Parts: sequence; C-alpha cells; structure tokens
Amino acid sequence: MALQNTIKNRLMNNTIIKHPLINKIEWTPVNVVTAIILVMGFILTVARFFGGLGTVTNLDNNNPWGVWIGFDLMCGVALAAGGYVTSSACYIFGLKRYHSAVRPAILTAFLGYALVVFALNYDVGRPWRLPYPVFYSQGTSSLLFEVGLCVFLYLNVLFIEFTPAAFEWLGLKKIRNFVVGLTMLLTIFGVVLSTLHQSSLGALFLIAPSKLHPLWYSGYLPVYFFISSMFAGMSMVIFEGSLAHKYLHDKMDDTHLSESDGVVLGFSKAASFVMVGYLGIKIIGLAIDNNWHYLFTGWGAWFLFELVGFVAVPAFMYAVAARDKNVKLARIASVFGVLGIVLNRLNISLVAFNWQLPSAQRYFPSWMEIATSVFIVTLGIVVYRLITAYMPVFYEHPDYKHDEDSNGNDVEHHSKKAH
Amino acid sequence: MEQVFYTLQDFMVHTKGITYLIMGGLLVALPLFWLFLTGRDEKNKTF
Repeated sequence: MALQNTIKNRLMNNTIIKHPLINKIEWTPVNVVTAIILVMGFILTVARFFGGLGTVTNLDNNNPWGVWIGFDLMCGVALAAGGYVTSSACYIFGLKRYHSAVRPAILTAFLGYALVVFALNYDVGRPWRLPYPVFYSQGTSSLLFEVGLCVFLYLNVLFIEFTPAAFEWLGLKKIRNFVVGLTMLLTIFGVVLSTLHQSSLGALFLIAPSKLHPLWYSGYLPVYFFISSMFAGMSMVIFEGSLAHKYLHDKMDDTHLSESDGVVLGFSKAASFVMVGYLGIKIIGLAIDNNWHYLFTGWGAWFLFELVGFVAVPAFMYAVAARDKNVKLARIASVFGVLGIVLNRLNISLVAFNWQLPSAQRYFPSWMEIATSVFIVTLGIVVYRLITAYMPVFYEHPDYKHDEDSNGNDVEHHSKKAH
Repeated sequence: MEQVFYTLQDFMVHTKGITYLIMGGLLVALPLFWLFLTGRDEKNKTF
C-alpha cells in the first residue's frame, strides 16, 4: 500500500505531467515521420494478426524465415550484446572507468531484447502461446528451445539490471539498494546466458549444410556468432554513444561526458583486437573445409566484401583510432562495425541461404515486412527517448553519487584516462 | 583450381596442413598486431 502511494505521489508530483514531451508534442519533421511510421506499423500489425502471414509477407515453405528473423531477431540479439560486454568489463574485469557507459548499454540491450521478443510474435503468431516452450512443452533437444529459454531469462536479467534507474526516478531507495546489491550476480548470469544463446543462434544453421552457401557454412558457426557478438556489442555502444552525444547531450552530467572518450577509445582497442581474431578464425574456417575455390566466384566477392569491408577495414580503423586517440575515427569505424554485423547476419539467414534455388524461388521481403521492421526499430527509439528523458541513464541521480557497487567497493566516478 | 582428393585421409592431411600453417602465421601476426595497437600507450609501471 505504501509502495503504491509512493509511486502514485511520484507520478502526480513528477515533471511527467509538465514535461513538454507529454504536454505538448512538437510537430517537427522527425516527429511527424515517427508518427506516420507508428500508425503504419499499427495498421500492419492488425493486418498480420488478423490476415495471417500470407497477407503481409513473402514467406513460403522454402523460405520460412524472412527479414523478421534475419534482421529483427538475429541482428537485434547481436547488437544488444553491448549490455553483457559493458557490464562484464565494468563489474567482472573491474574496469570502473567504463561505469558511466553501463546504464545506457543495459538500456539498449534491454530494449533490444524486448523488441526481439516483440518481433518474434509477428513471425510465430499466437502471442498467447509464447510462454509454451518454456513452461508447457519443453523441447530440450532443440537449439531453439535453448535460445528461447536464454532469451527469456536474459530479458528478465536485463530488466532487473535496469530497474535501479527506475527506482531512483521513483525515489524507492530500499528496493533500489537491494537490486544494486545483486549487480555482480546478475552480470555473471548475463554473461553465461549470452555465451549460450549468442552461439546457439549460429548453431541453428548447422542443421542446413546443403542450404547455406559453403563460404558462410562452417562447423564453427556458433563460435563465429559468439565472437562477432562481442565486437557487435562494442561497436553498438560506441555508435549509440555518438548518437546520444549529438541528440541527448543536455541529459549528460560531467562524469558521463568526461568518461565518454575513454569508453570510446577503450572499446575501440578491444573491438579491434577481437575483430582481428575473428578474421583469423574465419580464415581457419575456410582452410579446414577447403573452400578456397569459392572465393573466385561471385559469392566469393560478396563474402570478401563482407569480411574485408566490414571486418578488416573497421578493425584497422579502430586500431588507428586507439593508437592516435582519435575519437571521431572510432565513431566512424563503429558505423562499419554495426553495418558489418547486420550484413553478416542477413547473409547467413537470407542472402546465402537457399543459394542453390532458382531466382524465381528466392525470397525477397515484401514492403510490409520491411515496414514492420522499421516500425519495431522506431518503437525502440521512441521508448529509449522517453526513458532517457525521465530516468537517470546518462547522469547520476544526485541522491546516489559515490555509491557502492556489489563488491562493497566505492565506485569511482572521477574521470580516468582509459589508457 | 579445385584439387581432387581420393580419400578422406588425403583431404584431412591437406586441409589440416594448411590450417596449421595459418595458425602458425596467426601466432606471429596477433602479437605483432597487439604491439601495433598498444604502441603509443603510456607505459604503466607494474612493479
């Protein structure tokens, strides 16, 4: 009852009612486009759930997984890896100079996973049956069951990891302190779950060696997916940070601003080294299956475009950025990194999948599928904007400065050089 | 130029041989890349 009253008072007295976002929506061009996308998405949602998959998609029996799985799920999960990468860097490896990057990364990861589950409903349909694989009929020999269970658990972990920001906003000190005490446990749980399902998403394709092009198919697919998720997450943290600096600069406090360059350069260095390692194991994958001759075909050119243009080049850019302390170059490299992961996941799930089928039977998404994906991404950005407008994400709540972390150590909020 | 292998043994000897050579190359290349990456870092005293 007391908790109810606290939340009620907080909402009544809070700036939420007076906030310009709620009180008066400014019809800027960006807001108009956002509103159109959201209305369009709502219409497509109704069409999909009442008309079925055939109404809005180009999916068929040869191509049961389309852009909703290839982009929304595969790319969404990989790009949400920033959550486990940043929180493990800060809490497990003790790199406290990245502390201010943890909350934005956790928020992005939470929204990313929430939208993955949201988007999954569009593909599988019958949302009321979503809990079935976890609670009712467990297919314990299936990789999809493992992915489903991990995503379900990890979404909960990310939600709990993010709640301190909401509790600080609502002024619920006791419960906030209790959840902060769980930080280390949740971080370890998050890393374990991410290791499991990031790799399992790659392992899903092990069952289709005849469908996936040999250049992308490998016994090492789970390893590729897991390793690539690391630099995908780091690239996403840098990329999202640069957008936040541009559009949400006023929400950031001095600590966040002073630490941000160190985060960018530190993550650049790590991403660069991981990318070079990834490049190495991709070449080993080519060698072990003796797939060299495919490199001299059209598919080979596309494979090299992905591997050189979106792994080797950004790896080198990150390395030069880390050496020269060039934050701008690192931000540019992060765009390549993010696009590279999107390209890789789309190649594996759509482009190089069913590569032997005649072109008439190949899949290309309908505009409604693409519009639904755009709607889901837009929804994520709107929720992100709303949460960062109210909750302490880019700044520390004044009541909790010089706080203690889960180990009882005083978390340093002062800027330190990253190198 | 695709090489023809008549036995699995031939195939494994060939691909494993190439793989081992690449791994040797990576063992040399990765530390060199690390030196390139950290070449301009300030030296931290570890003692």
